[in-house]
Amino acid sequence: MAPPLLEVRDLRVEFPTRRGVLTALDGVSFAIEAGEVLGVVGESGAGKSMTGAAIIGLIEPPGRIAGGQILLEGRRIDDLPYERLRRIRGREIGAIFQDPLTTLNPLYTVGEQLEETMLTHLPIGREEARRRAVGWLERVGIPAAAQRIGSYPHEFSGGMRQRVVIALALCAEPKLVIADEPTTALDVSIQAQIIALLKGLTRERGTAVMLITHDMGVIAETADRVAVMYAGRIAEIGPVREVVKHPRHPYTAGLMASIPPLDRRVERLAQIEGAMPRLSEIPPGCAFHPRCPQAFDRCRRERPGLLDAGGTRAACWLHLDRAGRHA
Amino acid sequence: MRDGADPAAPMLEVEDLAKHFDVSRPLLHRLLSGEGRRILRAVDGVSFAIPKGTTLSLVGESGCGKSTVARLVVGLYTPTRGRVRFAGHDLHEARADAAQRRRMQMIFQDPYASLNPRWRVRDIIAEPIRAFGLVKGRAAERERVAELLTHVGLSPLDGEKYPHEFSGGQRQRISIARALSSSPEFLVCDEPTSALDVSVQAQILNLMKALQRELGLTYLFISHNLAVVRQVSDRVGVMYLGRLVELAPAETLFTAPRHPYTRALLDAVPDLGMTGRQRVPVGGEVPSPIAPPPGCAFHPRCPLADARCRAERPALLPAGEAVVACHAVEEGRDGAARREPAGALAPDAA
Ligand SMILES: Nc1ncnc2c1ncn2[C@@H]1O[C@H](COP(=O)(O)OP(=O)(O)OP(=O)(O)O)[C@@H](O)[C@H]1O
Ligand SMILES: Nc1ncnc2c1ncn2[C@@H]1O[C@H](COP(=O)(O)OP(=O)(O)O)[C@@H](O)[C@H]1O
Ligand code: SF4
Ligand code: SF4
Ligand SMILES: [Mg+2]
Ligand SMILES: [Mg+2]
Repeated sequence: MAPPLLEVRDLRVEFPTRRGVLTALDGVSFAIEAGEVLGVVGESGAGKSMTGAAIIGLIEPPGRIAGGQILLEGRRIDDLPYERLRRIRGREIGAIFQDPLTTLNPLYTVGEQLEETMLTHLPIGREEARRRAVGWLERVGIPAAAQRIGSYPHEFSGGMRQRVVIALALCAEPKLVIADEPTTALDVSIQAQIIALLKGLTRERGTAVMLITHDMGVIAETADRVAVMYAGRIAEIGPVREVVKHPRHPYTAGLMASIPPLDRRVERLAQIEGAMPRLSEIPPGCAFHPRCPQAFDRCRRERPGLLDAGGTRAACWLHLDRAGRHA
Repeated sequence: MRDGADPAAPMLEVEDLAKHFDVSRPLLHRLLSGEGRRILRAVDGVSFAIPKGTTLSLVGESGCGKSTVARLVVGLYTPTRGRVRFAGHDLHEARADAAQRRRMQMIFQDPYASLNPRWRVRDIIAEPIRAFGLVKGRAAERERVAELLTHVGLSPLDGEKYPHEFSGGQRQRISIARALSSSPEFLVCDEPTSALDVSVQAQILNLMKALQRELGLTYLFISHNLAVVRQVSDRVGVMYLGRLVELAPAETLFTAPRHPYTRALLDAVPDLGMTGRQRVPVGGEVPSPIAPPPGCAFHPRCPLADARCRAERPALLPAGEAVVACHAVEEGRDGAARREPAGALAPDAA
């Protein structure tokens, strides 16, 4: 059987600081198949961006991968020298970040940037690259693409710039796209256009997408599977419908319940008491136990791994029975 | 009433309020290129009133003028046109009078940028108390700060810390404690939870609703998140390019939206219920507020636009319980009877 397009095994990322080593990611494991969208959700600081950064080899020193493996089509990429990883990053993994201005070069036209990217990574000539550049702008919904190809990034609105960034990430036809909060800064109207585009690509080209966002609505309509992160670990992972409609982990359940509904007014929203711990203060056992309404003795002592929770996998001792039966 | 104003007056009345920004290039450039002045009409003729103890929310896409209205209402901008009355007083006079000024406060989107990082939390919270001379003596001030911290769900001991020692949600609690410290009756909240995670947002929204009940507060609430707006509002105003296009009781707006833009906004919200409801993006983008389209500014994106829409700007007219600025609604060609509710949003296993 072919290996998954992307596999992350037991990933650990550490930041040495003056006050000791902080563990930003701890035992993170998941896989993404070709043509699949994996949503990654969780509160800010949960480790979503860090996971994306580790995969594309962009963890900022002194942070470092301290354990585990990252495999692209079965080949390890976490231990590659910088130059080789850089090539893979352009050709096989495309990255979309939240702030389009950090990705776009203000000194070059949008067309030049698209053409350069394609010339670097694809076996095509200048003429073909120019033709495809217009095609990509059309595909991401830039009106009058042929005229706008000579525009500079600052001549576009925020939403259009973000679409250009997406075209840039996709034009070298990568197999995997890591999109970190690609629509968070956008209005829902533009957000919907971009989500539709990403979904279309997975369908048409078999591109795999890791979609990082804290917007459950975006996840619900885009992702095939979801990983919920908490304090540097995966709390729950499974098919999107299961995770959204029948969360098995108490944290996921709390998160889902706290989302205000659009179709009715409730007097008081369900809330999870307290806050996610800082990296320096992650409690022993289950990291969620101080906030968990169902915590019991074992939760405070022993850290749960991902257990079969019937439909999803959840890092929660409540599911030990079922996991035991299936083991 | 102590200030002599009409006690039945709304907390806030805004009439034909406008703010235009001059975004012209430098004079020399204009002379050389023959280019005229460029005026950006950020807010262009907005009227509404907020009765005491209620919440009016403003919604709309980025750049439609929500924050500019907020800043006009608290006096951070001088209006280009129109007027603001606060508790029956002209805003200008109210701002000049400390007794009135302390009655209104503002909460901002970014709970970090709005707190001085070098001050202890207790000093941040006490600042309005001192500025308005609200309590006498150190001991009384400490007591008041401790009471405020407790009120927003923090510990009196947190007063000794600095803002960076708190999470985003805790910092927003500190902003709220600070805003409450002058015992205001009216709070302008500009995207108070937009920078927060949903779980933290739920805590802050619950807190704001509880405070409103206990203290009888009046809110002007600004957000682009329609689900949040539904939870907090008595009435909702929808803005497009500096104008109100629909103003209605919250329940009416969400169950029977009339303006095509309001409908488009609601349809564009992602469906968490996974009912398979297709999200319909609003086509196109918000046009430039420097050169808004003639007639109805929404016409380039509106499925109901006709020749009249392209030529004549619609006025805000009553339509049932709402007021709506749309020719199609006025002419009864909007297919008013509406609409299965948007998908059920909560997970079944909540
Ligand atoms: N000081 C200013 N000078 C020039 N233009 C301004 C100024 N403040 C706001 N604007 C413009 O006025 C319009 C309305 O801005 P405003 O900040 O009120 O929008 P908003 O509805 O709050 O948007 P958002 O949802 O992005 O916060 C925008 O086009 C903005 O660029
Ligand atoms: N340079 C750094 N040094 C120390 N800790 C860091 C650094 N960058 C990020 N972190 C920490 O790593 C954790 C995960 O961060 P991140 O992946 O950005 O979270 P998310 O994207 O889920 O909001 C956070 O606690 C964050 O504070
Ligand atoms: S392991 Fe225990 S504390 Fe952690 S989520 Fe499950 S029940 Fe709660
Ligand atoms: S006035 Fe015309 S263009 Fe404007 S919203 Fe109504 S129907 Fe659409
Ligand atoms: Mg992040
Ligand atoms: Mg604003």
